Amino acid sequence: MKVGVVTFPGSLDDVDAVRAVRVGGHEAVALWHGDHDLRGVDAVVLPGGFSYGDYLRCGAISRFAPVMSEVVEAARRGMPVLGICNGFQILCESHLLPGALIRNAERRFVCTDQPLRIENNRTAWTSAYAEGQEVTIVLKNGEGGFVADEATLDRLEGEGRVVARYLGKNPNGSLRDIAGITNEAGNVVGLMPHPEHSVHTLTGSGTDGLGFFTSLAAAAFA
Amino acid sequence: MPRVVVDVMPKPEILDPQGKAVLGALPRLGFSGVTGVRQGKRFELEVAGEITAEVLAAVHEMAERLLSNPVIENFTVHVDDAVAEHPGEVVEAHQADAR
Repeated sequence: MKVGVVTFPGSLDDVDAVRAVRVGGHEAVALWHGDHDLRGVDAVVLPGGFSYGDYLRCGAISRFAPVMSEVVEAARRGMPVLGICNGFQILCESHLLPGALIRNAERRFVCTDQPLRIENNRTAWTSAYAEGQEVTIVLKNGEGGFVADEATLDRLEGEGRVVARYLGKNPNGSLRDIAGITNEAGNVVGLMPHPEHSVHTLTGSGTDGLGFFTSLAAAAFA
Repeated sequence: MPRVVVDVMPKPEILDPQGKAVLGALPRLGFSGVTGVRQGKRFELEVAGEITAEVLAAVHEMAERLLSNPVIENFTVHVDDAVAEHPGEVVEAHQADAR
């Protein structure tokens, strides 16, 4: 598959995301925030970083980047979109996913190998995992506390839209230990941990993140 | 120049770690008696021409779509005419600060 990785001014992990896409067996296509078309890609990754310097709110300015109009439209048509960290924040600001991400409860930037449980393996990005599988993936964020009102949280839980949950001590104050969620259709996934950093033993704590990128092939043939 | 002010505050039920940090720092400076701090943002919008109902409606929309995130924040819009009516006071205040 052709997987687009968007670079915004201030993106940090776009190069790692491109590499993870290739390790996952796909062709990576670089997309720029000012692009007005998606260059024929089959899926899009919004990488981590500090797009537009995190000015105003994380993801608030990126949401109005030209390429995001295309991404939002494609996502509504069913194209798989994965937002990692800053990408998750952009998806929330774009209203493709509910809720918001606020400053970590303990006000410290977290950088750790984070144990997670994959709660939903029916999304385009998680089908390579077993439901309930426990994995360890890099987590690094300053504003990673997922919040939403009680009704939204209950709906996410009730519809099985919590994709991943933190195990052990909650690293950032996320309500109900939520590390990632999906939309109703399961094609859009927002994730605070960084699977693109956990695809090779040479540079990471393991390869547990690779499944997010290999899942796409299964989604294509499903 | 007429100015419209948008104040954005985290919703009461949303945790405000920055406000908590400020609250924690006050006693260390010897200030007691403050039981809560919430930190928000203030936007001052310089507007060309008169501030009409249409202008205020537009600012309201800006606040809703960009300046605030309605999931976690509330906002208020008001017209700030203090600068236009009493320019001298503002200048004096700045001078006092400089000293």
